[in-house]
Amino acid sequence: MALDVLIVDDSAAIRKILQRVLRQTDFLFGEVHEAGDGVEAIGVLKTKRVGLILSDINMPNMDGIQFLGQVKANEEWKSVPVVMITTEGSQAKVMEAVELGASGYVRKPFTADQIKEKLTGLF
Amino acid sequence: MDTIAMREKVVNAVLTSTESVFSTMLGLELTAGDVYDNSGAANPTDGVVSLIGLAGPWMGTGSIACSPSLACKISGALLMSEYAAVDDEVLDAVAEVTNMVIGNVKTILEEEVGAMGLSIPTVIFGKNFATKSVGSNSWTVVPFHYEKETMIVQVCLVQNTEGQAASKVGFTNPQMAMAD
Repeated sequence: MALDVLIVDDSAAIRKILQRVLRQTDFLFGEVHEAGDGVEAIGVLKTKRVGLILSDINMPNMDGIQFLGQVKANEEWKSVPVVMITTEGSQAKVMEAVELGASGYVRKPFTADQIKEKLTGLF
Repeated sequence: MDTIAMREKVVNAVLTSTESVFSTMLGLELTAGDVYDNSGAANPTDGVVSLIGLAGPWMGTGSIACSPSLACKISGALLMSEYAAVDDEVLDAVAEVTNMVIGNVKTILEEEVGAMGLSIPTVIFGKNFATKSVGSNSWTVVPFHYEKETMIVQVCLVQNTEGQAASKVGFTNPQMAMAD
């Protein structure tokens, strides 16, 4: 069954690029949902069943670390893999994301191959 | 680290970060020009200016500025589209490029000075406007050339003497924008 994907980033440009990268992969993805911050993303998760989340960290309202924490604290969503895609490169942030349960971490700027490689490791 | 040593770190970080972002995500090869300092004189300009705040043991602002036509080329390369004029997508793309360039500058500088914070970018588009940083601190300006146009990447950082407040993210040097 095709998995729906949720892309969380305050940049419409990055959401568009990630949509394009997902279309280039061999994975059978279903619908791609978008959210501009963690609050919007929680709203999407309440109404849609997604199988993969790609999330930025540095966002208004609710940042990616807070969002990740809420996803992993929720019984219904905690098994959904979350890959952080962000300019945040400090080791402390990476460790914080990993400790909260992130399945992967990709630094911006990224290549399409880096995203595909990360997804290959998940599915 | 003193201000002179920091300036050298900033220049190297801007060169590394800008070239990495433009070659990896836009497929554009830029040529770096001569670095200079700007004491904050507000020269009226037309175009797109994107600003992002840095906070922590050093605090200040990073900025990218370019003409409307170069903003359209940058956005077109990032999004694999064509843009004839500056619109919301172009402004969003320039903001994201700024986020990546200055975000990676931050990551490089963090290895030397410790954890820093990054604000959400603000992008301005208009004619005959000027931006300046309040205070007497100078900007380190790195011009990059693409075809016959120039993009300016500039950073203004001062040492935070009030503690290592990495969590205080924002515009520590308030920005001003003026237009006729």
